[in-house]
Amino acid sequence: MSIASLDHARRPDRALNADALNADARREARGLLALLSPGLFLVFAVIIVPIGWLFWLSLFDESGQLSAANYARFFEQASYIKTFLTTFKVAFFVTGACVLFGYPLAYMLSQLPRRAAGICLIFVILPFWTSVLVRTYAWLVILQRKGLVNTWLIDLGVISQPLPLANNFAGVVIGMTHIMLPFLVLPLYASMKTIDVDCLRAGMNLGASPSATFRQIFFPLSLPGLASGVVIVFVLCLGFFVTPALMGGGKVIMWAMRMEQTTSLYSNWGAGAALGVVLLGVTLALLGLFQWLLGARATGVWSQR
Amino acid sequence: MSMENALPISHRQRLWLYALGGLVMLFLIAPSVIIVIMSFSGSSLLQFPPQEWSLRWYESYFGSLEWRDATIVSVKVAVMTAVVATLLGTAAAYAINARTLRLTGLINALLTASLIIPVILIGIGTFFLYARIGLNNTLTGLVIAHTVQALPLVVLTVLSGLRSYDMNQEMVARSLGAGRFSAFFQVTMPQIRFSIVSGALFAFITSFDEVVVSLFISGGETTTLTRRMFNALRDQIDPTIAAISTCLIVLSIVLLSAAQLFGRGR
Repeated sequence: MSIASLDHARRPDRALNADALNADARREARGLLALLSPGLFLVFAVIIVPIGWLFWLSLFDESGQLSAANYARFFEQASYIKTFLTTFKVAFFVTGACVLFGYPLAYMLSQLPRRAAGICLIFVILPFWTSVLVRTYAWLVILQRKGLVNTWLIDLGVISQPLPLANNFAGVVIGMTHIMLPFLVLPLYASMKTIDVDCLRAGMNLGASPSATFRQIFFPLSLPGLASGVVIVFVLCLGFFVTPALMGGGKVIMWAMRMEQTTSLYSNWGAGAALGVVLLGVTLALLGLFQWLLGARATGVWSQR
Repeated sequence: MSMENALPISHRQRLWLYALGGLVMLFLIAPSVIIVIMSFSGSSLLQFPPQEWSLRWYESYFGSLEWRDATIVSVKVAVMTAVVATLLGTAAAYAINARTLRLTGLINALLTASLIIPVILIGIGTFFLYARIGLNNTLTGLVIAHTVQALPLVVLTVLSGLRSYDMNQEMVARSLGAGRFSAFFQVTMPQIRFSIVSGALFAFITSFDEVVVSLFISGGETTTLTRRMFNALRDQIDPTIAAISTCLIVLSIVLLSAAQLFGRGR
């Protein structure tokens, strides 16, 4: 606002209708709030209230006494520690694989002419919108003992015994990498598109080779987009349920599966709730850390198609 | 147009990049293609490529009462979710876009919370809440839970439509005497209708494909298609699921193309 208009607002004759203007602004705000309230109410009732309730539950032990027993067992029982380790291990492997596969793809997409990039993007967006269940089923079919990969490798004479690819750690990582890859490629591609080609041209004009231009200019400029993809993939991996439940063969127990077992199978709500609270805490901490470091939200992947 | 952006690097020098990118694209698309082809197999062994062709898995899908009931439940829930989420989401996006409210950051965080909060936690929490108020195994319960999950997508899609629309047009209409609602419906909505339709399509597909929350809160007569598929997959790999999967893939393609077509009209 300029100084002139501030002076104008301070003039006593403006004060006469200032009340009316304020009342109008309040009415406007009330109207907007009314538009927001149904959505906010649903989110509050279905997400915030139950999670608050679960948090409350997690503070009591089985006899109804206030205690930290539900949290203490995470450090004491080996099976919980194993679940956490497995979860982080899967998350690291999947995130690593996504960076390895996703970076070249996003780089290629960003360098292609608009039309070609649009066509290639279909290969990323279609899986993104295909049911997780369908894709997990496909990987089960491809990777199982008598599945495609094993049949082909045996027919080609590469191996004599089928490789254990499904119902184990490898199967979970392969299936989850496929599901998480678009979450890394889409934000990375979007950020690569915003890199000014003139910066690269300047570098080359000054005598940098193509690979030096990439290493010293393009790659550093693409890091924020990469970080955003990495964070969202890692966080989604931590709470992922469907693929490990179907492809883990009961051997790879991840965090979310543990929560499901504790509540559905053993009806131990306190313990299940405590697991959920810690999972949410870790998720929010990672996202918060990211936002604090880079000043950007990691949820951008959903606003672009 | 593309030449403007081109760097002085020939395509040949980039061949390795195209090869690598192509392989990753193959990795992304192959599972869907394989499932579609396998669904037409005549044998119950999941061979690829199939030795004989048939439609028996589609017959087994459409002929089964259980699968048909589950599909009907899913369609009903997805349609209702799309309607409710689009109404609430568009209203919320409109309010956020006005930027006059305080706490916009908090409002945004709340509305997009379901994208960030682990789905398993939403599932368990919803089940816990619904057990108290008797909404488990009901269509209403499913629609409410799915609406919360679809809401952020509608809000983000409509918001991006509103950002490229000049709100002054609506102000002009209102200053010329149009009421708030008629100004919105006659001036603003026709110009952002493509985003609204895209949002509705995303809401539909989000609900139709939702697994984890449905696993907890649906059952009995309201068992959704995804819940039934999940349970079937836990037992054994039934080729009928390849036929159902193919139908889901086709649905995704149709809805995405529709969203793209509408998006282009923007």
